[in-house]
Amino acid sequence: MWIYEKKLEYPVRVSGCNPNLAKFLIEQYGGSDGELAAALRYLNQRYSIPDSRLKGMMNDIGTEELAHLEMIATMVYKLTKDATPQQLKAAGLGEHYVNHGKDLYYENAGGVPFSVRYIQGKGDPIADLYENIAAEEKARATYQFLIDISDDPMVNDALAFLREREVIHSQRFREGVEILKEAQLHKAYY
Amino acid sequence: MNDTVQAKPQGYYESLFSIQAVEFTLLDLSLYLLTHPMDAAALQQYSQLSQQLKELTRRFEDQFGPLTHRSVGPNPPYGWVATPWPWEV
Amino acid sequence: MTSPVQQMPSQIKSYQPFAGPFDPCPPMKVRVYSTPPHLYLGFQPPGLPQFGPYEALQHGTLWPALYSPWKGVENE
Repeated sequence: MWIYEKKLEYPVRVSGCNPNLAKFLIEQYGGSDGELAAALRYLNQRYSIPDSRLKGMMNDIGTEELAHLEMIATMVYKLTKDATPQQLKAAGLGEHYVNHGKDLYYENAGGVPFSVRYIQGKGDPIADLYENIAAEEKARATYQFLIDISDDPMVNDALAFLREREVIHSQRFREGVEILKEAQLHKAYY
Repeated sequence: MNDTVQAKPQGYYESLFSIQAVEFTLLDLSLYLLTHPMDAAALQQYSQLSQQLKELTRRFEDQFGPLTHRSVGPNPPYGWVATPWPWEV
Repeated sequence: MTSPVQQMPSQIKSYQPFAGPFDPCPPMKVRVYSTPPHLYLGFQPPGLPQFGPYEALQHGTLWPALYSPWKGVENE
């Protein structure tokens, strides 16, 4: 089970109402390399991956991705909460508004709804770990592009935090590959 | 019910930030320990920081209300809905 | 292009992209991509120097050896 903690992993502040930026950030909410995809990917893989350390990795990193999902949601919420329908329309969120109002929705920056096809569970531990390493690098690249295109330094501060977490997760998944390469899993303690 | 959130009392953000800092350190250390379960120094550090987080959390919750269901107090109002949500602070 | 935080090896690599004679836009002479430290570290050795808790939160990692800044492509 999970227990909710009523706080964010990292403080999220925004400089002002900015639906243009919100539209871009939605990529990391419901996009192919976004935080929802990451959380669902890892939490789903944990059942059949060998070795307790790797199960822990899938479980704990998957859980942290939920905290990142909440950070992205907080950014989008704050950047759009006081925007008028006309401002949303000018930002390219008119289609979003007529369908979802001010609700968030699991879609990418282009408005394409989230698809489970974004994630993979191959049932092969090496394939799964390489899938995850690739996912972390793609998410890192997406955060770079978001920082490149963003005009809000306060949002960029939180995006830089999220980008760094992709680096750390990739590091741990790479160590997971090294563990799998050891012949005797239960002896391979470093 | 009025959902307008007033400015936070003195020390709220500082106290919250100190919890976030220690809890984050624990989180990053816990991911490291997954692949380094025999690192005694890291385990020692984890244990010490856990104690520190307990104390920081207790102080925050005494002053500003519960961060988890488990620390809801016995008197009304129900603390879980009386304190702001993370996206509102 | 300004230099990023200097570490060994550099976290930013650059290359000169192809420029054709009939390109519609003025050519970008240099492109960059990120090569963060986890690509080089291997299995993390125990006992690496650490940030304090506040610094760790602000950097997104407990270990300076794994810190990778990104200030935006225009600034890298």
